[in-house]
Amino acid sequence: MPDFEPVLLANVNKPDSHTLSVYEAGGGYSALRKVLKGMSPTEVIDQVKAAGLRGRGGAGFPTGVKWGFLPPNHPGPIYMCINADESEPATFNNRILMEQDPHQVLEGTMIACYATKATTAYIYVRYEYPTAYKRLQMAIDECYAKNMLGNKILGSDFNLNIYLHRGAAAYICGEETGLIESLEGKRAWPRIKPPFPAVEGAFRKPTVVNNPETVANVPHIINRGVDWYKSIGVPSTGPRDPGSYGPKLYCVSGHVNKPGCYEAPMGITCRELIENQGGGVWKGRKVKMAVPGGISMGLLTEKELDIKLDFAGPGTVGCLGLGTAAVTVMDETVSIVDYLHNCCRFFAHESCGQCTPCREGTSWSERIMHRIKAGKGRFKDLDILLNISESIGIMPGTTICGLADGAAWPMKNAVKKFRGEFEDYIRRTNPAGFMEEHAVEALELVGIAGH
Amino acid sequence: MATAAATSKTPVLTPEIRKEIEAYLPRYPTKQAVTLPALHIVNDHLRCVPMGAIPEIAEILELSPAQVYDTLTFYGFFKHTPCGKVRAWVCRSISCALRGGEEVLSAMSDKLGVRPGETTEDGRVTLEFGECLGVCDFAPAMLAGDEVYKNMSVDQVSHVVSQLQSQADRAAD
Repeated sequence: MPDFEPVLLANVNKPDSHTLSVYEAGGGYSALRKVLKGMSPTEVIDQVKAAGLRGRGGAGFPTGVKWGFLPPNHPGPIYMCINADESEPATFNNRILMEQDPHQVLEGTMIACYATKATTAYIYVRYEYPTAYKRLQMAIDECYAKNMLGNKILGSDFNLNIYLHRGAAAYICGEETGLIESLEGKRAWPRIKPPFPAVEGAFRKPTVVNNPETVANVPHIINRGVDWYKSIGVPSTGPRDPGSYGPKLYCVSGHVNKPGCYEAPMGITCRELIENQGGGVWKGRKVKMAVPGGISMGLLTEKELDIKLDFAGPGTVGCLGLGTAAVTVMDETVSIVDYLHNCCRFFAHESCGQCTPCREGTSWSERIMHRIKAGKGRFKDLDILLNISESIGIMPGTTICGLADGAAWPMKNAVKKFRGEFEDYIRRTNPAGFMEEHAVEALELVGIAGH
Repeated sequence: MATAAATSKTPVLTPEIRKEIEAYLPRYPTKQAVTLPALHIVNDHLRCVPMGAIPEIAEILELSPAQVYDTLTFYGFFKHTPCGKVRAWVCRSISCALRGGEEVLSAMSDKLGVRPGETTEDGRVTLEFGECLGVCDFAPAMLAGDEVYKNMSVDQVSHVVSQLQSQADRAAD
């Protein structure tokens, strides 16, 4: 992508990029000033809607439409929550934004609040991001000192307070209603929807939950307009696809020469990302498979790497979606068993325990994978894994939130796309028992500790 | 007996801690929302949230102790007995695991002589496994206090452990 001029990462390599003076010297807060001077909240929403901005947190819901769900003429208060509980494995684009360019996130948040008439915003920052937390707090303090936060911002009638809220190392807080519960001081158990947060969210008031990268797009849409924004990315491919417009932060990690966060137009292919931005597979090896957008999204085989990393692409090859657009590359030495064991262990650890199918299904799958890995697997286990993967989640309708769908997809994709390799492994490591159909003892009972 | 009675009346939360917690109240429309900040404040000061702190937090927030305890136990993060002066999370999620994260974690465990979740006898370091720390661009990674250790390898573990120990010695009591 030599011709693509970075938008979201335009500032990050400047010295002191996290300070207000550097941000303003690069044109920062001009969108806020423009909005405060001459745009109504409705005009801002309409512009964001027209630009086709879709949420960057994973679900890809159109941002302007989400804002439009707030009840009209609500007496308030309305709350904005910025979901910086970035915990999806392999995802760190928001960390880069918050650490290197916190004012861009703040400006986006401010405009989002102006558009939605929110007067309080909480940025929920995961505990594991202490630098992001400090940089954001510094940036917030700078804004208060310059009357860019607080009452009558920059002489307008717009009032806004932004507070940071520190998480406590729980993946489920990235689920928007889990986040709201956690913000309210409760266990982060996702809520049954409806009511959606737009109607009844934080503190039972209308609430919008947006991702930091999503709101960071907003100042650019205001400054440069809808046509510019829609000139980047992939147009709609059909009636069920609203298109994938704008710049996107892609994370590349795992077995590549240059792991990192790179900005590209929405819709580059996974292979391009690995070869161009990621510098190719390390140690001169070949790619075997890749995760398209955080482990929840499933798994791509080598042959599937030419799919576009836009909102529609990963779904065409059986993945759950674009997710966080965080690609993890695995070279030819990686065992599918190790990959799936790692995924299952993660979800078993992070299931919040509210819904039985998820709580039990994720733990069960971890125990099965652990047993397979330890050389006690059976062919039958693969069918059990598939059975679990098809029965947990909001898609089969057995759980409240999508964590279980995220747990299901790696199982589903791995077993379906790499069944031969699983069977070879099981047959090789358990020659006496791979055809066993009856119940087998848990590993703990045969003296192999869990981990 | 007299000592025990006196101890039970000594508040766990110092006036300083109470003040810090109360400073959060204006930020939220409910007092309950200060639960997580309060737990963090106590944890920052005491390296744990002792059982005795729970009714005191509850009193400030006008909650029942059970409500505070419910929230506390949801997050495996908060412990009742003090962690080491430095708490170090070695990432075991996919991007780190692909680059040797699990081997680093077990080498750290061997070197420190503790399993993940445990604290060294000298009270300096608590070792933890972490799920994705969001430092996949420098995998394998470890978060220790506010410091991120990047591109770790098994060979560097001895050096890293001594860095952790000096980090612990620098940390205030």
